[in-house]
Amino acid sequence: MNFLQPIGSVILHFLETVGRLIRFSVSAFSHTVRPPFYPRIIIRQMVDIGFYSLPVVGLTGVFAGMVLALQSYTGFARFSAEGAIANVVVLSITRELGPVLAGLMVAGRIGASLAAEIGTMRVTEQIDALTTLSTNPMKFLVAPRIIAGLITFPFLVLVADVIGVFGGYIVAVYKLGFNPSNYLQNTWDFLQAEDVNSGLVKAAVFGVIVTLMGCYHGYNSRGGAQGVGMATTNAVVSASIMILCFDYILTEMFFAGI
Amino acid sequence: MTNVNPKISLRGVKKAFGPKVVLDGIDLDVGVGESVVIIGGSGTGKSVMLKCILGLLHADQGSITVDGTEVVGANAQVQEQVNSKFGMLFQGAALFDSLPVWENVSFGLLAQKRVDRDEAKELAVAKLAQVGMGADVAELSPAELSGGMQKRVALARAIASDPEIIFFDEPTTGLDPIMADVINDLIVKITREVGATALSITHDMTSARKIANRIAMLYEGKIIWAGPTEDIDQSGNEYVDQFIYGKADGPIKMAVRA
Repeated sequence: MNFLQPIGSVILHFLETVGRLIRFSVSAFSHTVRPPFYPRIIIRQMVDIGFYSLPVVGLTGVFAGMVLALQSYTGFARFSAEGAIANVVVLSITRELGPVLAGLMVAGRIGASLAAEIGTMRVTEQIDALTTLSTNPMKFLVAPRIIAGLITFPFLVLVADVIGVFGGYIVAVYKLGFNPSNYLQNTWDFLQAEDVNSGLVKAAVFGVIVTLMGCYHGYNSRGGAQGVGMATTNAVVSASIMILCFDYILTEMFFAGI
Repeated sequence: MTNVNPKISLRGVKKAFGPKVVLDGIDLDVGVGESVVIIGGSGTGKSVMLKCILGLLHADQGSITVDGTEVVGANAQVQEQVNSKFGMLFQGAALFDSLPVWENVSFGLLAQKRVDRDEAKELAVAKLAQVGMGADVAELSPAELSGGMQKRVALARAIASDPEIIFFDEPTTGLDPIMADVINDLIVKITREVGATALSITHDMTSARKIANRIAMLYEGKIIWAGPTEDIDQSGNEYVDQFIYGKADGPIKMAVRA
């Protein structure tokens, strides 16, 4: 029965990691609602996460919208349903592609940078130094980043939504020859508040996931430069997988009855 | 090593990482205003012992008291209260890269909201002067300083809150002999000026002889010799003799692969 041993070992290791992550998350969330708060750090993180991610999110949004319009046209032309392109673009962007693509792109940018920054602080004893200076590292390092992620991701996704729809508009009008006012009218008519709101709720959840994963892997990194490198990779991979996983769960919650 | 009213007292402290026993029943007292240096080879548990006192690691067994307050098993509030008496100089300085030098120095005071930012800056400049650094370095980033200067800034940070107890973790490691002597002189001067109790760990005998009132040697998780600094050359302990004269031959066998 020796072959069972490695399987059991993998399962135990997985459960241990899940338990550690849950404990870390509970501690992190409890510090986000308990004073003292660090508004200067929260604002600085909001600028880092939000403002400096705008170019990445904008480019992702515009090209996603453009490709979507082009592909929809190719498919719908077979059924003479080209008029539905505006609806497809706006629904796909606001409900799915905006939050998911923005989330994945920012996971790569911010998840990696948070894990590297906090991981380096761990291996250079800066986190220990915080504790000796009567400052709780969870409160000082982790909580402000989670709050900043929670607040800024919905704004980023709102920008991705607007730019994505604009990308679809450019292709539809300038390449496929759609009437501009008809296209915009169709977009506006079929858009419902629920479509945008569900995307923004997803964005807030993804914001928490990306910052939490970055902080968790950085905080628990060990063993010098190699450990920090591994933490960075793990932060991006785990955040990306969790974004896709939670995207399905949230979609099921919002639209299961429709 | 017993003391009538010790500032720090360790009794039967044990710590293991998995099967590896690092501390195997440490007994040590550090009196008020005393400067005790723990010597020992790399990997003998010096840093682990220090981290157990600071609450960064939890001892498996035994008792650690600071001014009579038990640290082993203490809750976060008690530990934070005890830590407010400490100043700590980390081996690699552990300065916060994201903050300028003056904010590093006055970090603890700002975190505890004991001063506002203007006062904190004034105080930081005064503490920098105490370690022989001009006001011009206050605005620099830690990355712009040499290793010796970083150590001095870290020393200024360690004394910024006028602590009752200062810990020095390998204060001269990685420094040239002249800078090492400058740091040793500063440690002696500052601990006298502040009137603090000092506990240092090092394997640099020149440093140990200069800053210590008493020296204790740690080997295989136990204190194998302790006594006044002037007695160390006549310790009568072959382990101590081998260590302080840096001989390859003797009872201490280093694990060296051919």
